[in-house]
Amino acid sequence: MTNTPTTPDTRKTPFYCCHVEEGAKMVPFAGYMMPIQYEDGIMREHEWVRTRAGLFDVSHMGQCLLKGKDAAANISRLTPSSFRKTIDGRCRYTVLTNKDGGIIDDLIVTRIDEETFYLVINAACRDKDIAWIKDNLEGDVTFEEYPEGSALIALQGPYAVEVLKELLFHKTDIENLTYMHAMPARLMGEDIMITRSGYTGEDGFELSLPMAHDKVQQIWRTLVQHADVKPIGLGARDSLRLEMGFPLYGHDLDDKTSPVEADIAWVINKKNTGFFGEDRIRKELENGAQKKRIGIKLTEKGVAREGSTLLSPDGKVIGTLTSGGFSPSTKQAIGQGYVDTDYAVPGKTVLVEVRNRRLRAATHELNFINPRTLKPGA
Amino acid sequence: MADAPVHLKYTTDHEWVELNGDIATIGITAYAQESLGDLVFVELPEVGITITSGDDFAVVESVKAASEVYTPVSGEVTETNEELGDSPEMINENPYTDGWIAKVKLSDKSELDEMMTAEEYQEYINQLEA
Repeated sequence: MTNTPTTPDTRKTPFYCCHVEEGAKMVPFAGYMMPIQYEDGIMREHEWVRTRAGLFDVSHMGQCLLKGKDAAANISRLTPSSFRKTIDGRCRYTVLTNKDGGIIDDLIVTRIDEETFYLVINAACRDKDIAWIKDNLEGDVTFEEYPEGSALIALQGPYAVEVLKELLFHKTDIENLTYMHAMPARLMGEDIMITRSGYTGEDGFELSLPMAHDKVQQIWRTLVQHADVKPIGLGARDSLRLEMGFPLYGHDLDDKTSPVEADIAWVINKKNTGFFGEDRIRKELENGAQKKRIGIKLTEKGVAREGSTLLSPDGKVIGTLTSGGFSPSTKQAIGQGYVDTDYAVPGKTVLVEVRNRRLRAATHELNFINPRTLKPGA
Repeated sequence: MADAPVHLKYTTDHEWVELNGDIATIGITAYAQESLGDLVFVELPEVGITITSGDDFAVVESVKAASEVYTPVSGEVTETNEELGDSPEMINENPYTDGWIAKVKLSDKSELDEMMTAEEYQEYINQLEA
């Protein structure tokens, strides 16, 4: 039993006091004190999100805007996705790539209007993302980061839509909001922005709350008092995304790994040209990559963690596990990792090295349960 | 959290030991299981192996992480709690009874003298939480 050391220079989100009130176990994460879990624990929190609605504080993530006539051209060069013909309100998951085709970060980009794009980036990548974006802007475009302490929350789960409807001024709008789309809304007398998105595989919303801390705390408390809502910590956030096969930056994605290797080639727009890392990415699209991200499930008892070596049945090293844990929904040890392309198909028998033992495992689709999100709209 | 039973001895790593003759039963404390959260797997030592005080001899896995369990005593592992294989949550539910991990035939009983009493352990936890 060892305790994680805490660093003194950690910041607090606007909901810090709410987490403490609700009995959260707070841990330093990406420079912030964040709730890893509340009193219910990761397992029950995970199940709650899959069956009801969970409230997440994601204010540690960076929110920023690209504005100007050339904003669309810039975001279409910073990412392999094209935003030139995107409609207003559309959100897209994509990646910032470097000149070598590696991934600087994964992010959600939302077109607010023709000249305004809203970006949500990972907390741990915020400084390098901002430096990279600012250094590489061209033409008529400005970059602006939301002020430190801006609130961002996610409400996720099959009850999310019903819960949010009860609180909103215009109730029907939210039902009609398509998956991966944004809309402005009024909540408790305040103008906010809602996107139908998230990182749990459940239907749900992210709410960007640009108001004073007492006001956003009031919104948080109103939501958690709802009988169908519980606050959910980072622990369950991780197990929820792992079951869906979603990558976590710094673990499953890094600045050497390309979107083709990461098996998110669907972020690459065929007609988009001139984006960073295009040479390598195009080559890999055409000829395939050496390694590829895939799901792994253990077929014997045990749990394999990040960093475990993956081997073929005859003991040849074929890759590494980049995330691993226990899936509360399917009650088995799962993970994801990179393997030689020959093994990057579901159903292959492999071995995972755990503390000098080799456990039997099998490759699997990246997701272990089917997404419950709505179909993405146009 | 359940109070630490008075008939057990404790370590700063949050293991407990119960002595019966020259057999020590080892487990992890209520504080330990609560810090770890819901356990999903326990890797038990092999019966018959000899362990030395300070060795990591078992691993408890929660949804999130793996944690080593260190033996505070030396000797031969005579029995392990096989039921944890199917029900690791027994450690969460009853850390001081059904959730025991292994039994060790002691080679040096005096090692227990260095361990904390329930009262000392409680005081230790209070300091950690302060």
